[in-house]
Amino acid sequence: MAEPAPPATARIQLAHGGGGTLMQQLIDAELRRLYADPDQVLHDAARLSLPHGRLAFTTDSYVVHPLEFEGGDIGTLAVTGTANDLAMAGARPLVLSLGLILEEGLELALLRRIVSSLVEAARCCGVTIVTGDTKVVERGKGDGAFLNTSGIGLLEVDEPIDPLAIVPGDQLLVSGDLGRHGVAILAARHGLDLQPPLASDCMPLWPAVEALLAAGVRLHCLRDLTRGGLASALQELAAPNALELQIEEACLPVAEPVRRTCELLGFDPLHLANEGRFLAVVPEADRQRALAVLAPAGGTWIGRVAAAGSGVGPPRGRVLLRTPFGSERVLVPLSGELLPRIC
Amino acid sequence: MSAPLVATAEVAAVRELAAELAAITTRPWTLMEVCGGQTHAFVRWGLDQLLPPGLRLIHGPGCPVCVTPAATIDAARALARRPEVILCSYGDMLRVPGSAADDGPGDLLGVRAEGGDVRLLTSPLEALALARRHPERQVVFLAVGFETTAPATALLVRQAMAAGLANLSLLAAHVRVPPAMAAILTAEDNQVQGFLAAGHVCAVMGTTELEQLADRHRVPVVVSGFEPLDLMRGLVACVRQLERGEARVANAYGRVVRQQGNPAARALLDSVFEPVDRPWRGFGVIPGGGLGLSAPFRDLEAGARFSNLPGGPEAGVEAQGVCISGAILQGRARPMDCPAFGTACTPEHPLGAPMVSSEGACAAYHRYGRRG
Repeated sequence: MAEPAPPATARIQLAHGGGGTLMQQLIDAELRRLYADPDQVLHDAARLSLPHGRLAFTTDSYVVHPLEFEGGDIGTLAVTGTANDLAMAGARPLVLSLGLILEEGLELALLRRIVSSLVEAARCCGVTIVTGDTKVVERGKGDGAFLNTSGIGLLEVDEPIDPLAIVPGDQLLVSGDLGRHGVAILAARHGLDLQPPLASDCMPLWPAVEALLAAGVRLHCLRDLTRGGLASALQELAAPNALELQIEEACLPVAEPVRRTCELLGFDPLHLANEGRFLAVVPEADRQRALAVLAPAGGTWIGRVAAAGSGVGPPRGRVLLRTPFGSERVLVPLSGELLPRIC
Repeated sequence: MSAPLVATAEVAAVRELAAELAAITTRPWTLMEVCGGQTHAFVRWGLDQLLPPGLRLIHGPGCPVCVTPAATIDAARALARRPEVILCSYGDMLRVPGSAADDGPGDLLGVRAEGGDVRLLTSPLEALALARRHPERQVVFLAVGFETTAPATALLVRQAMAAGLANLSLLAAHVRVPPAMAAILTAEDNQVQGFLAAGHVCAVMGTTELEQLADRHRVPVVVSGFEPLDLMRGLVACVRQLERGEARVANAYGRVVRQQGNPAARALLDSVFEPVDRPWRGFGVIPGGGLGLSAPFRDLEAGARFSNLPGGPEAGVEAQGVCISGAILQGRARPMDCPAFGTACTPEHPLGAPMVSSEGACAAYHRYGRRG
């Protein structure tokens, strides 16, 4: 049975983080359902029994504004984002910690919705939240809620998934269309009334990675396309290896509403964040097998890896985009904040 | 769900136009695309790589953010520092450097970091809502843009007057495009032989002003859009005139632009604004180059509400140090001609407005990897 909804006026108070009765009530009424073993919430540390093998460990903080957007909220992101970071290392996500920093005045009803999203996202990602912490900061000192999650996963690959494993000849694939999360956030932030509304692409990535591994695809590298979008991910892979990543712009998948919104506001879908998309770098021989796994969900081939061109001085990595018209341009990382253009 | 980035038919049409352009171009020509949005499209899609060797494009001043004088930014910064003021403007304006400042680039984001209340708007009417929501504060709207955005400001002015709001004012820096085109043509070392005019501006203003310009200066002016196909059509129409020795206005953006423009928007503009002389960054004062509030609305000017705003019209027109934004805005230099381009001057640390704005030529070159 769900708890009865708190009155619409109920808000987080400083005492909710004070360690006293109010905090106990908050835990009992709102937070206890986060934990698979509700008694663990009272312990200082979680005792873990993990499978034998090599583990991956990661952490991420979530400060998204606004807290809720089409297709998810900060809770969805906090679980999915950290689970996805583990998946990108080839690790099956197992357990998470959850730090909540709440701002005095946050509506309890909103907190309840966030907690529900955390529970639901943990279920979708197949992870368990095993330990956590809650603090309350004074009004004006937080943006409603900040979340931090750390996660442990079990590595299921023999060779490390690593940018340094990329070699000339490798093929580049994305797992789905680009920019939905970025547009959903921009729409919520700037009150754009997109019709129909465009939902964030936030989703767990481990199932796709697991399917690739099961199909025998050798994964040289994986990268989720979060902040900075595909453009930043490609940059990060090209630079350390002195590789040239050659992208066929005509092959980049972008949904029509994303394209329209970008055109209107002057954004490039390549720079927009995604929360449920990744780039896979695989050997040429595994390209078809990888596509067979990714294509049903909108995945597609976008380009290839070459050695960096010969020029003066040491070779430098770069991302080269071939436009649909056959011209070429170098893709550079996004700089500064995304601001809507003026005309 | 997802379609190709550019339709196959459009790709074929662009290639055909490129072939046609090569066939009709018998001599070197230098054309200017006026609008920064067009510059971006050229560089974004690499269309300049499809042009015949003798055909040269130089980039025009059509970036409202870029041509806003440093003095206006300085005044906006001074206002934003006042505790009672909410200073609001469009996104790009927040990062444009003003006069050289000790505390960094001298932009509005700097004032926001110090605690000033600086807000980003996507529509001028949001300023009206802000003023209603904060009757105890003074809302100042830094209104920039060409004839494209000025009608929306005019609407704000009329609604603010009708509502009798005492806490809303304007730092108005709207500019007009045709006088700047005339200034480019009459400059001593002008190289521009034909224009691709800005389709958005013509959608509002129509083509009458451009017809006068084409007649007076004997220069072809082709109204062009912003998509690859629009731009290639514009280039073909412009080169065709040059090759034939013609100089008139042609409309290669007929799906959007009518000869009379948008009469309702023009009427709105005329009811609120009048042409005034205005300094443009990089140009100096351009006669008739701005839109000022006409007499019945002058009480809404921030200058009428606040005393001691810094910067007269002559102050701080030029950019900082080595930045050559003046020459770039006039089409006399390219971004990589600047010693600071991509080194001291980047989108993170812009020295001049053309590196800030999403419409600026330097930003376009930098964003699309043109480094040499």
